[in-house]
Amino acid sequence: MNTKSKDTHKGATPLIEMRDISIAFGGIKAVDHASADLYPGEVVGLLGHNGAGKSTLIKILSGAYPRDSGKIFVDGKEATITNPRQAKDYGIETIYQTLALADNVDAAANLYLGRELLTKWGTLDDAAMEAQARKVMGRLNPNFKRFKDPVKQLSGGQRQSVAIARAIHFNARILIMDEPTAALGPAETEQVGVLTKQLKQDGIGIFLISHDIHDVFDLADRVIVMKNGAVVGSAHTSDVTKDEVLGMIILGKCPPGATAGPGALAA
Amino acid sequence: MSESNIDQHEETELKESAVVRFLRATEVDTRMLGMIAALLLIWVGFHLYGHFVNGYGAFLTPRNLWNLSVQTSSIAVMATGMVLVIVTRHIDLSVGSLLGVTAMMMGVVQVWILPNYLGLEHPLIWVITVAVGIAFGATIGAFHGFLIAYLGIPAFIVTLGGLLVWRGSAWWVARGETIAPVDSTFALIGGGPYGTIGATGSWIVGILVCIGIVALLISGRRQRIRFGFPLRPMWAEYVIGGVGTMLVIGTVMVMNAYPWPKGIVKKYAAANNFEVPEGGLFVSHGFAIPVLIALAVGVAMTFIATRTKFGRYVFAIGGNPEAAELAGINTKKMTMLIFALMGALTGISAVIASARLNSATNALGQLDELYVIAAAVIGGTSFAGGIGTIYGAILGALVMQSLQSGMVLVGFDAAIQQMVVGGVLVTAVWLDTLYRRKSA
Repeated sequence: MNTKSKDTHKGATPLIEMRDISIAFGGIKAVDHASADLYPGEVVGLLGHNGAGKSTLIKILSGAYPRDSGKIFVDGKEATITNPRQAKDYGIETIYQTLALADNVDAAANLYLGRELLTKWGTLDDAAMEAQARKVMGRLNPNFKRFKDPVKQLSGGQRQSVAIARAIHFNARILIMDEPTAALGPAETEQVGVLTKQLKQDGIGIFLISHDIHDVFDLADRVIVMKNGAVVGSAHTSDVTKDEVLGMIILGKCPPGATAGPGALAA
Repeated sequence: MSESNIDQHEETELKESAVVRFLRATEVDTRMLGMIAALLLIWVGFHLYGHFVNGYGAFLTPRNLWNLSVQTSSIAVMATGMVLVIVTRHIDLSVGSLLGVTAMMMGVVQVWILPNYLGLEHPLIWVITVAVGIAFGATIGAFHGFLIAYLGIPAFIVTLGGLLVWRGSAWWVARGETIAPVDSTFALIGGGPYGTIGATGSWIVGILVCIGIVALLISGRRQRIRFGFPLRPMWAEYVIGGVGTMLVIGTVMVMNAYPWPKGIVKKYAAANNFEVPEGGLFVSHGFAIPVLIALAVGVAMTFIATRTKFGRYVFAIGGNPEAAELAGINTKKMTMLIFALMGALTGISAVIASARLNSATNALGQLDELYVIAAAVIGGTSFAGGIGTIYGAILGALVMQSLQSGMVLVGFDAAIQQMVVGGVLVTAVWLDTLYRRKSA
């Protein structure tokens, strides 16, 4: 299915390759033999209706769900990812749709959750973590001032910036953004767009997940469309129109510019 | 823009009452002030009730306050652990029964087993016994945690089962016999006239605590300066330091104002070959050993809860278990460790309780789980998870025990005591809900 990308990437090793991934919840095949890949400095939009399986596929990559079958390769080598800790060890960072913040602690504690800075006595170095948080947040969202409040009390946009800061602060190589602009206003959405381009420049591979094609089309180099748990197809955004991609999302119909996947409607 | 902001700022500042400004400057937890006020109300209430109805106000006397401090210790130690359990959205109903069976195990170890090998009253007996008790409690706690975390059985069910299983085991260990007397050094851990550190010792402890308070304030201020964070005004630092040290000194004076009973003084004099002078001899109790243990546990647990990764994870799991898992925290292992810690603290409480009773009985610790949970909840631990403080739980334990012994002092029936305690628990949680809704 990725002959197209092979053309463009000229045999470069993909940062991530997910091959034939399946997972079922009860009797429902949430993801059915789906494959996806991602190259350094590439933004791949993962599109589909609500319930198409895109979030589930990505949660398998970030270690939140154990897959039933299929393989994941990082830098061409098979990777063991069965929990979020292992995914992080591979440099895979995720901004979840739900943000996955601990609401009762402050921004710095969330930023460093699971990777706390410690003093030489082995105790939490809250001051250092807050100082770092001020630095990161200052770059990401200069208006952010509420470092002492639990994140529960922050606005949607502020919470989102905490989640984004957490994902990019630890030298991620692969960034997964699940509906990153869902809670954001126009200005903040713009900011995420700028950030995405900047990260791309740094050679980070980004999976951008959305049910709204307009969020993704301009930012993405390539789109992968899912429907009913299967991949409809993938296409370079330069080879297809928005309407054609919409057709993929809604009807599962693969246009000529795209590479068909197992979920494509038989023509 | 910035000008109007400043104007607004000043306006709101003017509108704020002096009290609000005082609270903001000192950064004092208003909840804690509320609890202290409730505690004082209970104390003064029982004292006045006794004074007017029974003709003798017995509550605010050094003797009663000293007893209160000793009675609170065992519950307070367990309540600090219960905070972590409830913060992570679990519950432990088994602590009372676990205390009972641990006490019985320690009774067997120090009365039936060790004397055979070491001889009666060997100085190592109490050390081994305490170690066995804490290890036993921690093991059972870890086992509960394992069932909860790895087998996915709800904590309520596991510990409800534990409540029955361990109470049954407590009887079974010695076929219902009471094991007594315990090792005499071990008995000191329970308090009692000899299990105290006297006037001088209490002053030393008090002064060390005062130095600790001042040191904490200074290092806190230094940290803030180092990272350029906003500082409390100097007068606020002095107020906090002043009130803190005064409280400590006051407590030491109260503890020292309770003398040994005449009989004990006479015995002590006879044992040490000196004459009791005319008019009696005033020997202060000072802090009881169990109280010092409870304070040490409180400090250690506060440290764990606020300054370590472990504590940070406990609160993160309580706030959002899924987020904690996604952040890479091993939540299953954490659950097991939290219950193991709860078990170890129950072991410490078992030491205190059986030492105080100078024996081990299979009924020891009955209903303690309810007092422990009540203490944590009254102290502001939220069942919704993620919120709770160690000092709150200790204060909560003090509130519960004050109610309990206050009612005994003024002569309420046992039946009424239970009804009042139950009612207070529900009311406290209701008030807490109101408070949170307002502050959220």
